[in-house]
Order: sequence, then C-alpha cells, then structure tokens
Amino acid sequence: MADLTALTAEARAAVAAATDVAALEDVRVRWLGKKGTFTEQLKALGSLPAPERPAAGARINEAKAQVTRAIDERRAALERADIEAKLIEGRIDVTLPGRGEEAGGLHPVTRARLRIETLFRRAGFDVASGPEIEDDFHNFAALNIPENHPARALHDTFYFPDGRLLRTHTSPVQIRALLDRGAPLAIIAPGRVYRCDSDMTHSPMFHQLEGLMVDENVSFANMKAVLHGFLQAFFERDLALRLRPSYFPFTEPSAEVDMSCVFCGGAGCRTCKHTGWLEISGCGMVHPNVLKASGVDPERYTGFAFGAGIDRLAMLRYGVNDLRLFFENDLRFLRQFRAFSS
Amino acid sequence: MKIPYGWLKEWVKVPWPAQELGTRLTMAGFELEALESAAPPFSGVVVAEILSAERHPQADKLKVCQVTTGSGPPLQIVRGAPNARAGLKSALALVGAELPGDLRIGAAKLRGVESHGMLASAKELGLGDAAGGILELPADAPLGKPLREYLALDEAVLDVNISPNRGDAMSILGVAREIAAIAGTKVTGPRIENPRGARTARGERFPVKLDAPAGCPRFASSIVRGVNNRAATPVWMAERLRRAGVRSISPVVDVTNYVMLELGQPMHAYDLAKLRKEIRVRRARANEEITLLDGKKVSTDASTLLITDAEGPVSLAGIMGGLRTAVSAETTDVFFESAFFPPGEVQGRGRRLGILTDASQRFERGVDPSHQERAVARAVALLTSLAGGTAAAVALTENVKHVPKRGPVKLRATQLKRLLGVTVPAAQVTRALTGLGMKVSVKASGWTAVPPPHRFDIAIEADLIEEVARLAVWNKIPETEPSGPQRFKRLPEEQPAERAVLEALAARGYEEAITYAFVDPVLQEKLFPARPALRLANPIASDLSVMRVSLWPGLIRAALENRRRQQDRVRLFEHATRFETAGSATHEIDTLAGIAWGPRLPEQWGVAKDSRGAVDFYDVKADVAALLAETGAADSFTFEAGELAALHPGRAARVLRRATPVGWIGELHPALVRSLDFTYAPVLFELDMAALAVRRAAFEEVSRFPQVRRDLAIVVDESVTLSTLAERVTLVTSSLLRGLRVFDVYRGPGLEPGRKSIALGLIFQDISRTLTDEDVDRLMASVVRDLRESLNARIRE
Repeated sequence: MADLTALTAEARAAVAAATDVAALEDVRVRWLGKKGTFTEQLKALGSLPAPERPAAGARINEAKAQVTRAIDERRAALERADIEAKLIEGRIDVTLPGRGEEAGGLHPVTRARLRIETLFRRAGFDVASGPEIEDDFHNFAALNIPENHPARALHDTFYFPDGRLLRTHTSPVQIRALLDRGAPLAIIAPGRVYRCDSDMTHSPMFHQLEGLMVDENVSFANMKAVLHGFLQAFFERDLALRLRPSYFPFTEPSAEVDMSCVFCGGAGCRTCKHTGWLEISGCGMVHPNVLKASGVDPERYTGFAFGAGIDRLAMLRYGVNDLRLFFENDLRFLRQFRAFSS
Repeated sequence: MKIPYGWLKEWVKVPWPAQELGTRLTMAGFELEALESAAPPFSGVVVAEILSAERHPQADKLKVCQVTTGSGPPLQIVRGAPNARAGLKSALALVGAELPGDLRIGAAKLRGVESHGMLASAKELGLGDAAGGILELPADAPLGKPLREYLALDEAVLDVNISPNRGDAMSILGVAREIAAIAGTKVTGPRIENPRGARTARGERFPVKLDAPAGCPRFASSIVRGVNNRAATPVWMAERLRRAGVRSISPVVDVTNYVMLELGQPMHAYDLAKLRKEIRVRRARANEEITLLDGKKVSTDASTLLITDAEGPVSLAGIMGGLRTAVSAETTDVFFESAFFPPGEVQGRGRRLGILTDASQRFERGVDPSHQERAVARAVALLTSLAGGTAAAVALTENVKHVPKRGPVKLRATQLKRLLGVTVPAAQVTRALTGLGMKVSVKASGWTAVPPPHRFDIAIEADLIEEVARLAVWNKIPETEPSGPQRFKRLPEEQPAERAVLEALAARGYEEAITYAFVDPVLQEKLFPARPALRLANPIASDLSVMRVSLWPGLIRAALENRRRQQDRVRLFEHATRFETAGSATHEIDTLAGIAWGPRLPEQWGVAKDSRGAVDFYDVKADVAALLAETGAADSFTFEAGELAALHPGRAARVLRRATPVGWIGELHPALVRSLDFTYAPVLFELDMAALAVRRAAFEEVSRFPQVRRDLAIVVDESVTLSTLAERVTLVTSSLLRGLRVFDVYRGPGLEPGRKSIALGLIFQDISRTLTDEDVDRLMASVVRDLRESLNARIRE
C-alpha cells in the first residue's frame, strides 16, 4: 500500500501545475481514470486482509475525493480565467451606432391631425371626408353664400374652366354628411383646402378642420364647451376661451374663437402680438338655410359648426414659426418630428 | 374701415376712450384691426405766417421768407415751394423740431442764406402724399399754436373690420348707431337741415325719370349753381377724409366722399353744364358703352343699369360715374345724385368688370333706402358752405312699390333659449332689439320686431337671436357639455387605420411629405403623357396649374429640392388625393406614394459594400411588399412587368391585387433621370389606399409534424420569371409546399448565354403526418420533371 498522503500531495501538485483545461483532463485521467493511480490502489485492496479492507478503502476514497475536489476547483478556476480572457478579448465599443435602416416619421401636420381625430373620436365624433374638387352648390350656395354674395370675395377661389372649384373650406362636408347620414350627427372633417393666396402666412393649399354637431337642442353653450374641451385636451393645459361675435354666412350667431396664448399664458408675447390671445377658430350655430339645404328640419334640429386651421394648431403645438415650412418638405425639418405618436 | 374718433364723437356720445371703444366694438362683432394716430409722431411744429417771400439771390427755385409765429422777431426761412407767399399761414418746423423719418431740423445755410427752421409740406409731416408745396392753413389759424394741437393730430383713428352682412355700418353714422346700441345711448349727430324746401334759391329741378324702377326705385337730387370748385377744401374736411383713407381732390368731389363716409350713402356729382336735357335711369341698350371717370371703357349688356342723359350713359349705376359729365376745376354748376340701388343690382357686377369702388361695396351690401334726400341735403349744405353757390330744393323721384321694406320678424322665447343654451331676461331682449332701432312688440311667447330700413341682414328668427346674443348675453352664455347618448359604432376591421399604414412606411425609413395638389404641367406631362390632367382656370403660378394625376410630380420635386439642400439620401412618402379624369368625370383617388433615392442604407460602418450602393427596384419592392403583407393577404398581390412612361421600361411593375391593378413600382426612366438632373435613378411607388383593405385574420391549424427542406438550382431562360417558376412548383407540390425561398440568382461562367440559374429552397410539411424521405423524393422528382417539360429547365448539380 503506497503512502496515500504522499500520493495525494503529488496529485494535488499535478493539478496545480495544469495550466489549461486539457492539461487538467490529463491529470484527471492519470490519477482518477480507469487506469489511474487511485483506481489501481482500489484494485490492490483485494490483496489486503479482509478486516483491513473497509478502512483502507475508505482512506483511498477519501484521498480520491480530495483530488477530485482539487480538480473541480482547478477546472472552475481555469474556466473562469478562460472566460475572463475571452471577455477582455471580446470587448466592443458599445457607443458605435447600430446597423441598418433608420426610421422615418410622420409629417407634423399629420401628427396634429391624427391627434385631433383621436380626441374627437373619444368624444363621440366620427371622422368624415369629402371631395376636394367641389361644385358651387356644396362650397357656396348650400352654405348660404349665393352667387355674387360679397362673402365670396373673402374666398380666393381656384376655379376650373367648367365652373367647378377647389373647395375653399371643409364646410361642404357638413352638407354632404347631413345629406348622406341625416341628423343627429356629430362629425369632424379634416382635410386639404385651397385659396389662391400665397405669402408669409398663407399657403395656396392648407389644412382645415371642420366640426359639426346636429341634434335636437344642440346649443351655443354646447359649442363653447366642446371647443374649450377640445383645445384644452389638444394643448394639454388649461386655457381661457374668448368668443367674439363675427359673421359667417352659414352660421348664426357666429363667433371667432380666441384662446389664451399657449406660449405666454396670456401675459403677451410675440406669438400673440402682445394681446394674450390667439385666434384659433370660427364657429357658430348652423344657419337654418344650411340645415334646409341639407334636408334637415331646422324646427326640429339645431346644431353648431366650427372650423379651425390644422396647420395653425400644429404650428402652435410644435412651435413652428413659419407656415411655409410645412410644404417645403425639407428632410432636416421633417426629421424633427420623428417620435411615437400618442 | 377707418374711423376717426373725433368724427364719431360728433354723432354719438362715446363713453369710452379709443382703446376701450375698440375692445367694445370688437366684442360686438366689429373687430378692431388697428388703432392708429392721425399722424406719425413729430414735435416742434407750430402755426406760422409768411410775412414776405423773396426770391433767393442765388437760386431761382428757392424763396427767402420772413416768417412769424406771433411772438419774437420774424424768422428767416429758405424754402423751395411754389406756394410760399406772403400772407399764407403754414406749418413751421422750428430749429430742434423732430419730423417723421428721423428728420431733425437745425439751423442751416442754403446757398449762402441762413434758414432758421423749415416750412413743412403735408408729406413731410406724414399727413398724406400731396407733395405740391408747403401746408396751407386757414387764415384764422392761431399763430404759434402747436400744429398737433391745432389739427388734433393726436386723435385716434380706429380701423374696424365691417363684415359683409353689415353694409349699414360702413359709415360714421352706422358705427355710431352700433355704439349707441352697445352703450344704451342715442345717436345725436349734427343737424341736417330739413331736406325738402330749405335753401330754395329757385324752384329749379332737373328732370329725373326712373325707367327701371326695380333697379333704382329712389333717386334724390339737387342742383347747386355758382360753385367755386377751385377753392381749397378746408383743412378740417381734408383731414377727416385723409384719416378715413380718402384723398382730397376738389370741393365737389370731397363733399360727395364726405357724405358717403358719414352717412353711408354713395353720391355722385355731375357737371350740370355737361348734362343733356334729362336723367333717365334705365337698362343698357345694345352695344352701349361708357367711359368711366378713371378713363376705363366699359361695354354693357342688357342687364346693366345705367344713368343716362339725352346723349347716352353718364354713370354706371352704383359703381362709377362717367367721364363725359365729370366735374372739373372749371365746374360751377353741379347736379348731385343720391340714389338707391338694391344689393342684387350691384352685387357681382363691379367684380365682373374688375371695378371695386367705395360706392359699389356699399350698394352691394345694402344702403339705407330711406335717406337719399338726407344725404343730398347734407352735401348741399356742406358744398355751399365751403365753395359758395346757391342750391335748389332737394328733389326726390321715387317708385314706392320697389322700395324694399323690412317686414316683422318673430322671435320665440323658447327658440332663443334652445339655440343659446341660456335664458335671457325678457327686458334685456327688448332693450337689445329696441336699441338697434327695431320696433318691438312683446307677446307672451316672445317678441315681434320690425327692423329699421338699413338692416338688410335681419330677416329670420336666427338673425334676431344673433343680435340678442351679441348685445345682451354674449359673455354670460355658459359652457354646457352636450348630452347626447353614447352610441357604439362599428369599427370595420378591413379598413386599416390610416395611422397604422403611415407608421408602417415611416418605420421603413420614409419621411412623410405634404406637397401641393397642383403641379407643374411640364413635369407631369413628361411623366404621364397618357393621363389627362385637370387644368385650373386661375392658377397661382404656371408651375402650379394642373391637378396631380399622381403624387410623383410632387415627390420628385421634393426629392430634388432636398438634393439641392445637400441631402444625399432621400426617402419620402405622401398620403394624398390624386385626380384622374375620364371624360367630364373626375375621380379623386386616395393614394399612397413614395420615392427613394440615394444609398440603400444610411451611411454607416460595418455593412457590406453592396449595401452602400444606390437603392434599387428590389429594395423598394421590399418596402412595398412589407406594407402589402400588413393586409394579412400578401399572397393576394402580384407584381407583373408593365410599362409606364415615367418608369424604366425594364424595371417597372404593375401591382395587382387579385386581378385588379392597384399601383405601380419602378425606377424612374433614364431619360427623366438625366433631364431632371438626378445622378442616378430614384425608385418610385404608388398604391391606391383602397388596395390595402385588410383580410381579417382567421385561425388556421399549425402542423405539429417536422418540415423538410430541399434545395434546387434550376437553369432557365432569362425570360422565365420567378413568378412563372413558382407557379409551376406550387402547382406540382400542391398543399405540401409550406415555403419557397429564392436564395441565389446566378448568371455567368458555366451557363449558356441567355440562361440564368435560380436557387430555390423548398420547404415541405404535412398537416397530418411526418413526411418520409420517399415522399419528398417523389415530390422533388415531379417538380424537376415538370420544370424540364414546361420551362425547358435544367437541374444544376
């Protein structure tokens, strides 16, 4: 019987000397494998007297366990070192950009429009649309603007040679929706509209939002609540609302809508020309002639309508200071509006 | 309309300073657009008298004047003004005075003669553009008085927007009436002498006949003889006219303008000496022409209403007078016209002729049909006071039957509350309506009001409600949430949310553009010679004159503009309407289109060189296919080679859903690439939004058995497309084929010319059992056999 203590010490030394996992495996085979030193020792147990065998076996197994433990520990250490080395070697510059396509985004006017649509849908309004090429009836006559009416001069209308025209406002959708679906009705109609006018603050094509609610007993007071509610929801802040009496042929009474300036809160700034107010919409109670032209009995139903500039709402929401930027399609401008939509 | 505050005060007691008045008017529906001063700021200018004016010894055009301001020794002033003369009172800018335009007056030497100040012209003081000479002040102007004080130049002028329905307010009187209604006071106004009978020098009367009484039911007139039309219009009147935005011309013309501004009644003055025999107001005869005051010759039609004399037309009714009978400096005898033309008579006519006058604007909005004679009386009184002469009695020719009358309008208390959403105390309603000059009778259920003759806009109940709203309760109307029932509406799942579609494209790198719906006809014609476009009759510019038949012209222009802005990679899309015409019908088609130009991927590190090349057909096809796949029915779409003028004939495809064409994709035609100055071809696509209808997802069993993949390289003729190949393979393998992938396309060495090799990966799976090798071998053998027979294919080992 060999000196187990010496053997164990020798084996441990071999384990410690192994510098990689392969060398360690060799050590394991040499000492613990089928023909390994300790296995041989166990085989040699048979030559011992029977009463001594259990004790001797136990000692050998104890020595074997020690070596096994040493190998396991050594392996773990070697593997750790190996991973450490790989980690250092595999270090990358995480600040380098990722690869592939970059995302684009929606136009700010579309962002504003979709936001408006969401808000009104939640409030029970449908989104309606109508043609951009209109006839005189829908764009003017049915809206109580007969031919030669001085109010027509306020609409710089694009005409086609056959008398049709590009709609100057989204109000014709009021007529179409009422003729189509009848009362009661609550819709908004966002869309492109056209006026032959182009300068710093006018684009020949722009975007308007039409709103219409017709039901039994819809009142001016309801209109105020809806407009105020919408503006506060859109701008996500409390705003003061001010209505000024005004004139539109298709509503009566009519009003211009001012809201307290979203930039200065009403204190006065450049955007509101130091008035504290921003003109944001025109509105009024639907004129009985318009209801009649749309096949709705004005004795039974009343309604309100309003119009607002989507471009203007977008400008105020996103702080865009020049309307023309919306139509220049400059990528450097458009990219500023990449963001999740709400 | 510009309203001098002081003029207004002559007509009504104004309880508010100008700014406050402006706010009150705004809140009553007359928006204050600007509040200005009657003159720009200046200082150090006083009333002075020229004692003597001698010629400058060294300069013919200069005069050396001795000028007094009433105290101290006379000042020597050198000035080049033809009207500088002894005895004239004028405006003197003293040394140290500051005039508009940052002009500071100092003592100076002009051609060797000292000048201690400057005699100022109206223009130099910012009082109009008449630069003829120095300001002429009346003889009774107090010497030494600051000019600002003397002429009340610190007076406020309100620029008020009068809406088209309120023609009655286009005058000092009209605005005064509104103020009275707001403030609860009364219009006072200057006394205008009894129109009939006063100042009757002679019973003279020029005959007036109304041959078209519907077009002109009232015609008031008067004759004034012995007028000096060379007299200077007094400074007070010239100033008021100027402040109201009208130029002073001569006493006669100024008086007609003054009366129009004051009373809202347009007037016309004829040179009586040039009028022949009689006035007839009648419709135009065939081929009648008239040369207007401004020299413009106008032809008429049978509906044109003319004022005529025995010789022919003398005025285009309600719009402008004629040249032949116009007053001039020599005129001494004047015939005043103050007529009523109903709005419909004038509406549209002036605009059709391209003539818009102060008169036509008032007539087409509605002029008070009851006060023509009052206006004449006012004009006569003013003219004789400032230019002398004697006036005949005011004559009125009238056809009562055709004078518009305001009928009673009912207002129900219930309707008032229903429409406004608030209860208005009855007394306030009555007060508001009465304050506007209506005759109001109160009933249990409401009110009946007869509007005054000048209120053309009051005809129905809603008109009265508007008046009550703005004058009685405007700021007391509450905000009340509408109380409609909540109704659920169906949400059609086959209609994709617009937002989802746009965001899908944005996610693939496209920025959304918004371009004009009218485009350049030259570019569009090049792109789509076969699609007729709708042309605008009055485009804003020639390159924005036809309606787009595709979104491509706008997107191409936007891409080029970005290129000019040094963007080397452009991906844009747009969702908008395109306009297709077929015969007389126009179809507005909801369209989604895009353009991609520049490198395939944004500049970056670590991608294959291949990915830095220009974007091509297949890159964009992947974007389009990704979009189409979102319909849940990718397999319902096909791409087939097609030709479109805008696109490269070999690199263009028509997109179909089932058998219906729904769009195009392709590279821009090389000729257009060159002429538009793209460096290389952009790839374009366009789809009808309607084609993106969603197929509602329906569950389908997923096979739990393993799938088997076999690869196959097939050599076919160039003309054999993948879709043909795939069609055959699908046909042969029937339902067992779960997927077909193309992993290589090869041309070149090892292949016959005109042939290509396509490497396919076929994936088989059965829903009910595991496929054996034999099963798959059999399938592959039949595929190979079929391709060999039907497409002359060879299997590449």
